[in-house]
Amino acid sequence: MNTIETITNEKASELGIEVVFPTPNQIMLRSMVRHKGFLIGATVLIIVVLMAALAPVLAPHDPYEQSLATRMLPTVWQENGSWEYPLGTDNMGRDYLSRIIYGSRVSLLIGFLVMIIAATIGTTMGLLAGYFGGKVDMVVSFLITVRLALPAVLVAVAVVALMGGSTKVVIFVLGFLIWDRFAVVIRASTQQIRPMEYVAAAKAAGCSTRRILIAEVIPNLMNNLIVVMTLEVARAILLEAALSFLGMGVQPPTPSWGLMISEAKEFMLFEPHLITIPGIALFVLLLGMNLLGDGIRDVTAPEGRS
Amino acid sequence: MKKVLEIEGLFVDLDLPAGTLQAVQNVSFSVDQGETLSLVGESGCGKSLTALAVMNLLPQSGRFRAEKMEFMGQNLLGLKESGMAKVRGNRMAMIFQEPMTSLNPCYTIGNQLEEAFLQHRDVPSREARERAVYLLEKVGITAAASRLNQYPHQLSGGLRQRVMIAMGLMCGPALIIADEPTTALDVTIQAQILALLHALQKEFNMGLILITHDLGVVARMADRVAVMYCGQVVETGLAAEIFNNPKHPYTRGLMDCIPVPGKVEPGQKLGSIPGIVPTPIGNLHGCLFRNRCQYFQPKCAAENIALIALGPGRAVRCISEQINS
Amino acid sequence: MLVYILKRMGLALAVAVAVSMVSFMLIRMSGDPAIALAGENASSEEIEHIRTQYGFDRPLIIQYLDWGLKAAGGDLGESPYFHLPVKQILGDRIGVTLTLGACALVFALVISIPMGVLAAIRPNTWWDRTALGIAVVGQAMPSFWFGLILIIIFAVHLRILPVSGSDSWRHYVLPTITLGYYATPAFMRLLRSGMMEVLSSDYIRTARAKGLRWPKVLFKHALRNAVIPVVSLAAVQLGFMLGGSIVVESVFALHGIGYLAWESIGRSDLPVVQAIVLLLSMIYVFLTFLSDILNAVLDPRIRMM
Repeated sequence: MNTIETITNEKASELGIEVVFPTPNQIMLRSMVRHKGFLIGATVLIIVVLMAALAPVLAPHDPYEQSLATRMLPTVWQENGSWEYPLGTDNMGRDYLSRIIYGSRVSLLIGFLVMIIAATIGTTMGLLAGYFGGKVDMVVSFLITVRLALPAVLVAVAVVALMGGSTKVVIFVLGFLIWDRFAVVIRASTQQIRPMEYVAAAKAAGCSTRRILIAEVIPNLMNNLIVVMTLEVARAILLEAALSFLGMGVQPPTPSWGLMISEAKEFMLFEPHLITIPGIALFVLLLGMNLLGDGIRDVTAPEGRS
Repeated sequence: MKKVLEIEGLFVDLDLPAGTLQAVQNVSFSVDQGETLSLVGESGCGKSLTALAVMNLLPQSGRFRAEKMEFMGQNLLGLKESGMAKVRGNRMAMIFQEPMTSLNPCYTIGNQLEEAFLQHRDVPSREARERAVYLLEKVGITAAASRLNQYPHQLSGGLRQRVMIAMGLMCGPALIIADEPTTALDVTIQAQILALLHALQKEFNMGLILITHDLGVVARMADRVAVMYCGQVVETGLAAEIFNNPKHPYTRGLMDCIPVPGKVEPGQKLGSIPGIVPTPIGNLHGCLFRNRCQYFQPKCAAENIALIALGPGRAVRCISEQINS
Repeated sequence: MLVYILKRMGLALAVAVAVSMVSFMLIRMSGDPAIALAGENASSEEIEHIRTQYGFDRPLIIQYLDWGLKAAGGDLGESPYFHLPVKQILGDRIGVTLTLGACALVFALVISIPMGVLAAIRPNTWWDRTALGIAVVGQAMPSFWFGLILIIIFAVHLRILPVSGSDSWRHYVLPTITLGYYATPAFMRLLRSGMMEVLSSDYIRTARAKGLRWPKVLFKHALRNAVIPVVSLAAVQLGFMLGGSIVVESVFALHGIGYLAWESIGRSDLPVVQAIVLLLSMIYVFLTFLSDILNAVLDPRIRMM
């Protein structure tokens, strides 16, 4: 077998071999399947989404049902634990497993909605700054700097406290606070796309700026945008948990993982599992989202940039 | 003439995701004092890796082995990194292709010139500074003393390449390896730098290995030439012989690509070599040029072709009768 | 260089003014400050009284100018809860937060610089993988949860460190680890990628071709260049860490301004909250300005502009 000869399609068909070159999508799919981080991240996200969607079916108990008789029951692996309450109960006698399952709804809901608001604001700003440059860019860059200078958690806690804590308020406050990374990334990518020939071609063909942005620029931003979206969902979930932990986020008795850690804090000495369990849930979800985001970046990156 | 560098049977392998690339295969050559040897070939033919292997500066994915690698009578094979560091920049210096990025942006020209000297000579820093000024003047930089305090980004590409040459000369090397030293420069600057290299080489009686793909440069500078194709030397000889009487079909193809005033009519198409260079991965045998060669015959693919000596210092890697008759 | 500094200073001042305006508006518009101050059970007369007493009935822009000009002069008003000047309250607490921030930054750098550099020198070895693992885990670990876990392990089970408070250096150990670990992944990733890029650069090859020894190549030529972006990141991260001190300080009941902010939000002590937001923003603006200057010192290409 002679390996130094270049095999072309014609030569291959002469020899009776069918050569099929993979399409870009097939190549991407192949590298997705090979990317461990991507696979782990995607699996975690799918499991948590299923958990949230099927919460009423999966949860063995009502997550809100309180009962003095069942207070502080141990988990199934501890002494006197039972399968009735696999993860035990909290100080109000609520089933911990059910609260963890329902807590995924809060995390995902807030994570995604905050991300949508932040993405809308940040992408618009980044797109305009990157495309028009000049004064527009100066203004946007200035706004980004101002935003970064504000201590996000502190401002969020203060505003939520003053407006009254509720899921809706948390979503809006966080959404209006964490658009910075979208603006930074989209601005930079737009600046890279703008001098491309296909943008110049669209301009030469007389397309309107609006059309160029929608038909030429945005589709080429999608890869980066999806990566940032994934990472920002993680950031929003983390911030929601922090806010709820500080008592200025989702209000009791809603089952939020951050709030559950906060409520368990006073039993830290004797019942540390009440802290570790929601923490692990949070950690696994955040880890999955981060791995997924990094994975998408690696998989969609052009060849040789892994 | 005293031999400065003698290489025999050099192989360089690069580990790539697709397999092991046999970038350099069984390359042998030598350089004498005051002599210029030119390694010529297309990009990717292994000429730069040959030089990096001699300096032991191959990238992490690369390995080399050789039967003989002797520099100034010293065996370089099996020399540890610390031993090799004593040779590098001292008696053997290298000048790179990219003057714009080959200098550290964080340190002054003076600092970077002097550190090579201070590394190899136990001298006070004042002496290193004097040497740097002397050599900057030698490479034609005016106001040398004040240049020492400048940073690379303040100099033009041509000036930076002059600084790189001065840096190579700091310890008075016996051999300079110049890897495409003028490729990144403007044409007028190219001529100046080449003239400078040539003059310095004669003045200090150094051996020079000039790596280039530019046959015009070879014609002006080289005493001897080794033409490389796909990791192998396909033809060697004195520069005049190679230009006047190219033997190997590849060398001939290269010569046909040069426009010669008076010989080429206006509007006449220049020669080109059809086909693409194969990637030397896997089990290689036969002539590597055969898929592009007009003299191809079945035995070209069957056996490995050795360099056939045609005379003293002249050899060609081709078995075609048309070539050798 | 002077032009560069003046430009950066002008930008910093502009950002400072904008930030003060935004932080003032945000907190003032989130609710009725008079009601917040008077308490839930106050009568409408009491609320009106407070409204005129604090000047909340004036146009917002006048209120901002009044507050901003006083703040610029160092007068941050009086806390209705402590009945003390806000400046004095912050002065008592800021030291704790700055100490924590500095310790956490040092901790993060001490961990991440060697690990990032080693990971870059030996890519795809177990060192590299360990560093990557630490970075990935660090990014996904909520700091308040990590802090509680540290308390459970070191203070409750092993009993070698105190649970909370700010009386001795031992009280700072766990908060430092918690806050510092949060910043470690960013440093590690930046150093690894920066170092790998620098190590494959042409000037490193030049340095080796000169016959320089490996340590000199690594420390003089490579690290010097790779560390420049780390300085900027360090400034930004320190700013974020001080901003994030509200979480860590409330986990460990460390009496810095983060904890003070949390308590003050709970008791509607608005002048204190506003002053802390302003102070932390100003520290951030100052730090980024400082990093711009440091960048110019480290990078001749900027210095010569």
